[in-house]
Amino acid sequence: MWRDARLVAGKDLRVEWRSRVALNQIVPFAIVVLLLFAFALDPDRGFLRRAAPGLYWVAVLLSALVVIQRSFAAETVDGGRDGLRVIGLDPAAIFLGKALAASAVLLLLEVVLAAGVMLLYGADFGSAFILVVVTCLLATAGVVAPGMIYGALASGVRVRETLLPLLFLPAVAPVMIGATRSFEAAINHSPAEGWRWCGLLGVFAVAYTALGLAVFEPLLEDS
Amino acid sequence: MTTALSTPENRTAVPAHTGSRFSRVLGAVVALGLGLVAVLGLLISPADEVQGDAARIMYVHVPSAIVAYLAFGVTALGSALYLWRRSDFWDATAAASAEIGVVFTSLTLVTGMLWGKPTWGTYWEWDPRLTTTALLLILFLGYLAVRGIAAERKVRARRSAIAGLVAFVDVPLVHYSVDWWRSLHQKATITRLSPTISGIMLFTLMSGIFVFIGLYLWLLIHRFRVQYLEDELAEGGLAEAIAERRREAGVAV
Repeated sequence: MWRDARLVAGKDLRVEWRSRVALNQIVPFAIVVLLLFAFALDPDRGFLRRAAPGLYWVAVLLSALVVIQRSFAAETVDGGRDGLRVIGLDPAAIFLGKALAASAVLLLLEVVLAAGVMLLYGADFGSAFILVVVTCLLATAGVVAPGMIYGALASGVRVRETLLPLLFLPAVAPVMIGATRSFEAAINHSPAEGWRWCGLLGVFAVAYTALGLAVFEPLLEDS
Repeated sequence: MTTALSTPENRTAVPAHTGSRFSRVLGAVVALGLGLVAVLGLLISPADEVQGDAARIMYVHVPSAIVAYLAFGVTALGSALYLWRRSDFWDATAAASAEIGVVFTSLTLVTGMLWGKPTWGTYWEWDPRLTTTALLLILFLGYLAVRGIAAERKVRARRSAIAGLVAFVDVPLVHYSVDWWRSLHQKATITRLSPTISGIMLFTLMSGIFVFIGLYLWLLIHRFRVQYLEDELAEGGLAEAIAERRREAGVAV
């Protein structure tokens, strides 16, 4: 299973690397979102800095939406999805592989966005670096796992562009809340509170990863 | 209940209406019960000491909320059982229950907001329960959107079952996170309303809950049967059209 997952992840990352869509389109998109927040909120630095954790995670969720759409667009064209099934890969491994690849792309985006938030909004995450990193890792897993489930569900459907946000965004509300509070705790130098939220993020990530491993087989039965 | 009735010959066996003796009796009892709760809630029970007449909305709000959560529980159960048994019965049950759940969730939110205005002073408080309920509504609107995608019966049922299950797993996580988020700033708001109720008010509330659950069952039975007939029609209609074309062409059916 791990071998299959590595194969699928490698394939997705190779597609991503060769097309450069993440780099040339999704990263600029994420930065535009950061700029839009500044336009909306009046670039009074104090205000942006206070709202930075929440704005950061909204930007991450919007970028994640694009990453998930990308991840399944690759399978929709040229019957890629049927191809995956025909090769005889374990559906759970396909889930894991695609989730790992999407997580890698999303983590890269998070690094770019973090730099953007620090530079543009003047936020300082430096004081609790480990908390910030752990929050990002757990939140990424928690965003990508339901994203893969809903992405597979919506792929191949005519209304997928509108269906995916409707399904995905309300489902990851707990990640939004938990990751934002954890970042706030990091900025406010009260890491103990942040670790509590990390616990919640961990539970969320584990629950959805388990669910994804379980339901990917019936999900891929769709043609 | 789950046998396919899709050949043209036995389609007459499918009833043309969705009532049965049981559902008619249940409907009559529920109608009477609703009248009784209205009389109890509006006339007989006293106004609340603190909130006055505004508290009477509780007799609609609390039963709606209970039915909303019950309906989504049934949808989740139906979804899980569909994935396990793959029977159309559970798919139709989940579908019927989700629609009713959306109606009662909306009713809960509207009555909650109307109640909030005189008691909290605003229509919306970021109360954990209210916030969770709002997200629950959106999650299940997503479920209905998945159901609405035209697809083969089996494909639609499988997709919907997964969507229902995934949404249901989210509900406790949403509730927990919202509760935790808000409790850092304030205590859960509902608990400071009518901390204890007793006597006729409690009786009215309990009657409301029972009657609303009866109403849910009545709606569920009818919606289930409509769903079943729709699915039969969709499948049978195709079989019938093929048979007709074959007859036209003079091929033995």
